[in-house]
Amino acid sequence: MKRLIFALLLLAAPAWAQEKILNIYNWTDYIDPAVLQKFTAETGIKIRYDVFDSLETLEAKLLAGRSGYDIVAPSNEPSFSRLIRAGALSPLDRGKIPNWANLDAAAMRRVETSDPGNKYGAIYLWGTMGLGVLPDKIAAVAPGVPLDSWDLLFKPEHAKRVAACGIVMMDSAIDVIPSVLKFLGKNPDSHAPEDLAAVEKVLLSIRPYIRNFANGGALEALATGQACLAFDYSGDVAQAARRAKEGNKGVAVRYVAPKEGVQAGYDMLAIPADAPHKEAAHAFIDFVLRPDIMAAISNATHYPNAVPASRASIADLSIFPSDAEISRYFVIGPVPQAAERLRTRLWARFKAGS
Amino acid sequence: MTRLPALGLAWAWLVLFALAPLAAIAIVALSAPADSVPPFVFAWDLTSLGAAATDPLYRSALGLSLRLAAIAAAGCLALGYPMALAIARAPARWRGVLLLAAMLPFWTGFTMRISAWIGLLRDDGWIDRAFVLLGFAPPRLLYTDTAMWIGAIYSYLPFMVLPIYARLSKRDPGLEDAAADLGCAPVWVFFRVTLPLSLPGVAAGVALVFIPATGEFVIPELLGGPGARLIGRVLWDEFFNNRDWPMAASLAILLLPILLVPPLCVRLARRRP
Repeated sequence: MKRLIFALLLLAAPAWAQEKILNIYNWTDYIDPAVLQKFTAETGIKIRYDVFDSLETLEAKLLAGRSGYDIVAPSNEPSFSRLIRAGALSPLDRGKIPNWANLDAAAMRRVETSDPGNKYGAIYLWGTMGLGVLPDKIAAVAPGVPLDSWDLLFKPEHAKRVAACGIVMMDSAIDVIPSVLKFLGKNPDSHAPEDLAAVEKVLLSIRPYIRNFANGGALEALATGQACLAFDYSGDVAQAARRAKEGNKGVAVRYVAPKEGVQAGYDMLAIPADAPHKEAAHAFIDFVLRPDIMAAISNATHYPNAVPASRASIADLSIFPSDAEISRYFVIGPVPQAAERLRTRLWARFKAGS
Repeated sequence: MTRLPALGLAWAWLVLFALAPLAAIAIVALSAPADSVPPFVFAWDLTSLGAAATDPLYRSALGLSLRLAAIAAAGCLALGYPMALAIARAPARWRGVLLLAAMLPFWTGFTMRISAWIGLLRDDGWIDRAFVLLGFAPPRLLYTDTAMWIGAIYSYLPFMVLPIYARLSKRDPGLEDAAADLGCAPVWVFFRVTLPLSLPGVAAGVALVFIPATGEFVIPELLGGPGARLIGRVLWDEFFNNRDWPMAASLAILLLPILLVPPLCVRLARRRP
């Protein structure tokens, strides 16, 4: 009997592998839903779509192993490079991705710091981490505060006044700490304990003025006017601005890339090492890199992409930053294991407020 | 001889569901974090356990958790004991209905019920509006410690009512009648006869509320403020946000002796004649 069950299992195993299913794990609000339907219509592959709201959540699942996902979208630093080091990603077979040629070569070179040779991922969308502001509300409670600088959030004398209309902090040590280092005029990659102590001092000084910590952006809070200042992803703020406009309640939302410099992040399309449907995953990456599909995704998410041919069909070209803006971007490098605990401990103390 | 299979089953249960997981957690606690799948390598490394035991961050988290558990247990006892007593003293035909009413919340998902509390407690929610209608300032409860305590007492109340009721329903009403006939005032009948008879039920109820409330994650996460860094949340962060499995495992191990104290107290209470 036992042998029979075993034999049946063996027979069944290839059937599971050939099942026409694709499990995608992507950021929240980060795709045009019509694109998924189109993929299923064209290929007959069904999609199970699941979302994460922080890089931490994504890494936790992938590093535990057997996540079951076929397509994931980690940011280049620190997640993508760390997942490569941990052996959690599968190298891409470019022979199965003819549309790889559509990718902007210059942008792909920029992410080689995380993935030499571009073996493990294609750029999906990219963006920066700056401030989402409601200029009218801020002007009402704190006239005269600078709107173009990190000072607005990281200087307690400003934060204290702005707090009246609500400040939301992104709940991610990975994303916030490099920007605080930049604000302090230090190397955003610094792991020196004295630099992190300075970061902690800044964060604790503004802690009383933070209303709450948000995962996956502050879209809702900004769009409804419940918050007037948020540390947020550029595209998230753009989506909030659009939603606020649609809501027609007189809420104007704007994205600010502070003049001191902002961190740019590239979200990569990658395939986990133990993905059960690698064929379908390659087909999906190829599908997404088509200019018309990429344009649809950028139009829906307000994030720029790395497929230049898509620009012909982009509704609002202002989502692609100017060269002058790009010159103020910085990218971060890998965070060594030993420096991790210093940062996470710092973040925990910041959240606890002591 | 007939007890042997049952005993074997109990031991198998203990080994499979208590000792084996504990051993797995101990192994992770003694490991070092690493860039790998899963994210640790075994190393006889005591750093994580040491940090978990000494870092003031974790001690304050533990303090907050024990406080929540104590408040939940006390609140549930204060509300649950009269409820259990009322059910036990109700006419027999009503008891089933009343008991069902006490357990009815279990028919709805736990997270759903806590989310409903968000609607009740939030700014301009029903509770705030009720206060304003009555001419008071709105209390603004959501994301405060009070909201967390309300949520905990609400969630764990049935765990207090049921064991106390079970004990009270088995009491012999004749004993209370006898005490009254012999001239005992009603208040003293309760304190000298009813309460002592129900103490094992109280102890079980307190343990059933206190132990899970200590590790509570969902209630502080959904109802508490950002400063409510309870041990459940800290453990979650270490595991899911920081990928620091050894630290998360160390915290879980250190929590164990603290949670073993209440059941031991129950045992000691039971041993008394």
